[in-house]
Amino acid sequence: MANPIAEKLAEKQRAVSVAEFFERNRHLLGFDNKRKALLTVVKEAVDNSLDACEEARILPEVQVQIIEMGPERFRIIVEDNGPGIVRKQIPNVFARLLYGSKFHSMKQGRGQQGIGISAAVLYAQLTTGRPARITSRIDPKHPAHYFELHLNTIKNEPEIVKDEEVSWKKEHGTKIELDIEASYQKGDQSVDSYLKETAIVNPHCTIIYTNPKAEQLIFPRATDKLPKEPTEIKPHPYGVELGIMLKMIKSTDSRTLQSFLMNEFSRVGSQTAKEVCSNSGLQTDMKPRELELAHVEKLMEGIKKTKIIAPPTDCIVPIGEELLEKGLRKEVAAEFYTAVTRSPEVYRGIPFVVEVALAYGGQQPGDQAVRVLRFANRVPLLYQQSACSAFKSVLQTNWKPYGMQQSGSNAPVGPLTIIVHLASVWPPFTSEAKEAIAHYPEIIKEMKLALQEAGRRLGAYVNKKRRVGLERERVNIFERYIPEVADSLSMLSGENKKAIETQLAQMLAKNKEFIQANAAKTADREESDDDIKLTGSAERDEE
Amino acid sequence: MNEAKKKLQDFGKELVENVKKGKQPRLDVPVRALSNVVYNEKTRTLELGDKMAERSFFNVGHVKKFVQTLEVAKIAKQLLDLGKHASLRDVFYMAKRTLPGTNTNLVDEQSESDNAIEDLELVTEFSREQLNINANKNGSVAGHVVIEDKGDTIDWARMGSGGWSIPSNVEEIKFKKVEAKYILYMEKAAIWERLHEDKFWDKQKCIIMSSQGQTTRGIRRLLKRLSVEHKLPIYVLCDYDPYGAYIYSVLKFGSINLAHMTDSLTLGDAKYLGITSGDIEKYGLKKHFIKLKDVDIARLKQISEYDWFKNNKAWQKEFKAMKAYGAKAEIQALSARGITFITDTYLPEKIKNKDWIE
Repeated sequence: MANPIAEKLAEKQRAVSVAEFFERNRHLLGFDNKRKALLTVVKEAVDNSLDACEEARILPEVQVQIIEMGPERFRIIVEDNGPGIVRKQIPNVFARLLYGSKFHSMKQGRGQQGIGISAAVLYAQLTTGRPARITSRIDPKHPAHYFELHLNTIKNEPEIVKDEEVSWKKEHGTKIELDIEASYQKGDQSVDSYLKETAIVNPHCTIIYTNPKAEQLIFPRATDKLPKEPTEIKPHPYGVELGIMLKMIKSTDSRTLQSFLMNEFSRVGSQTAKEVCSNSGLQTDMKPRELELAHVEKLMEGIKKTKIIAPPTDCIVPIGEELLEKGLRKEVAAEFYTAVTRSPEVYRGIPFVVEVALAYGGQQPGDQAVRVLRFANRVPLLYQQSACSAFKSVLQTNWKPYGMQQSGSNAPVGPLTIIVHLASVWPPFTSEAKEAIAHYPEIIKEMKLALQEAGRRLGAYVNKKRRVGLERERVNIFERYIPEVADSLSMLSGENKKAIETQLAQMLAKNKEFIQANAAKTADREESDDDIKLTGSAERDEE
Repeated sequence: MNEAKKKLQDFGKELVENVKKGKQPRLDVPVRALSNVVYNEKTRTLELGDKMAERSFFNVGHVKKFVQTLEVAKIAKQLLDLGKHASLRDVFYMAKRTLPGTNTNLVDEQSESDNAIEDLELVTEFSREQLNINANKNGSVAGHVVIEDKGDTIDWARMGSGGWSIPSNVEEIKFKKVEAKYILYMEKAAIWERLHEDKFWDKQKCIIMSSQGQTTRGIRRLLKRLSVEHKLPIYVLCDYDPYGAYIYSVLKFGSINLAHMTDSLTLGDAKYLGITSGDIEKYGLKKHFIKLKDVDIARLKQISEYDWFKNNKAWQKEFKAMKAYGAKAEIQALSARGITFITDTYLPEKIKNKDWIE
């Protein structure tokens, strides 16, 4: 007998289109509001450009232009000098969600899921109906290709509106043009500060930015050295979860469990592979394709029981102390800079490196909370500060010894900019929007150690500055008091004020050295005649 | 010229002379701290020792206090020139300002200008009142006394429910008529109101006087003048706690801060009427005990070790008893025995039986 309710329900059950999926999850992708949408679109395009340039060993030069087309409507143009994209791939790269080269790779890079730029294209399409316009050229011998693309929201496939050859003055590179609904505002979480921060941690790139107010900002490169190419590594057994393990088992070409472990993972030789098998109670010559779920669960347990050396860490490319300091120096005006790059460490089988840089003093306001700039793989993180382990590490560090003010576990106060950078083959984010670094104790520990090391250097500088200031202050203090004393004495005695002032000033000049020499001594036992302070509130006779 | 004014002028001239000779300007001020207070067994008063603190202008540790002392000297001179009086708070605001081009204030808190004024008293040997600086008035008095103050005749028996409020400077007051056998001084204004309502001063032919908490200088001077000029004995009524004992101690022996004015302020004959440990037993006040806190116990220990209490058998007995009880009691606890118990029974009995300690 038919079940009428189930059948009714079945009528409603259907595939969800990507457009619907996007609508419902836009906050996960960074499109929660119009201001943020503008930033996300620029960010995805710039991240792609920088990654492409670095991979092709080209010094990046990126032009970003935002034009206000009407109320809440902007045109965004991002153009790079990267390697370009072959004609066949252009529609897939820009107009198909979850298509990209990065999703399965264990390699340090800006993007992760291959969702970003296509999501931007989809957002443009949903808000203005205009297609994405792409121009790309791979070398001078080939023509430039121009595409106008829509994303088919039901099939998640590109729809080519226009495909033609055009002439382009660039020898190689890619240009994307999108019309979107957005709003533009300067300030902390704006495109302006995103690009500025990008320039700090990417000192090898030049960014030319024209904002909607038609102001052009140029962030020139501070070095011609490209960062070393990060190498790809295989996953470490400790960092693989059940779902990924199942996927890997399904797609492997290895014939035995032992060779699967040796081929697909880093740090697993024949000895370790045998050990894993025996710890799991599985045969080394089992065929991976024949493993059942129960077997794989046993395998996961076996991996946990086996001692496997930490993954290789040479795959991480930090910015480096010298370049990080250079980048900071050119974008933040201050009087003292320092940078710290820690040695690589490992969380959940995934290697990472923490870097910290500080810029102190200059025109930075001294009575406000310090500015914390967070980065993951050279990408600025502008949202969700308080959810981020980088910010948490700053709070958990005691800044008082380093000359900052801090009450309780609040953010320190002082004229200071703090940069925290996490480089990793797989930076752990708290959500898909990649706004905050997740709280792994190993990562927080490294961040705090880096902050402390940089903080100590800052403290040495601040304290020295304070000492020098105090010595000067000691002489100044008398200069400032002289008119007061002269005024009092003149009023009491009826003598001429100017004359007393001159005489006191002469005495000060004569005794300057003596005063400075004695200053330190007397300051220590300042107020010593009041050494015995009585306790109890009733001690004073009167109000 | 007014003597105080002349003294301030001389003080200024001397400093200027030194500056002219190329000598560093400095003040020598006696140290006002427990370390420099001596208890004189003979006179039974606190006296200032000879420890002097040097205040040099060209010394980082001293300069601020030096400048503050000169600043209040200047203010006192101005007040004397104008013939005006100012309160301690006024003086604080007259001295409070930021030095040009810095974020240093000449004085930050009133305690600093108050201290500078006390130092100035020591340097000039003139009291604050003589320098035209007054504290806030505080305290009430009633009794069959007629005085003249600034040309007004005032009868302390006809001041309504509030009594006459005691000004901070009582030097200019003239006593026209004093009909009293003794003065009863109490630390609680609420008890004063109780006694005043019962016309205790009329029934017992006495003067009743109170302040709130520590005794101000104006009240101490008024007590001193009445005791010296009219030979009136003084009885003191305080809470049964370490602070009550210290209030009596200040009246009787003098205070650490004002040890330099001992002669004009201390009341050698003052007698501590109550509340005593004897009263606790006799009047059954134990059920109104309040437990001593840690700070109270610390203060009790401190007071019991003061030189002027150390060898005083009666007081040591009191301190021991209080420590053993681990508790204190307020004067108001007597009200539990009936609202007029204190006026009808307690006080007359105590005075008649000479049930006091010294």
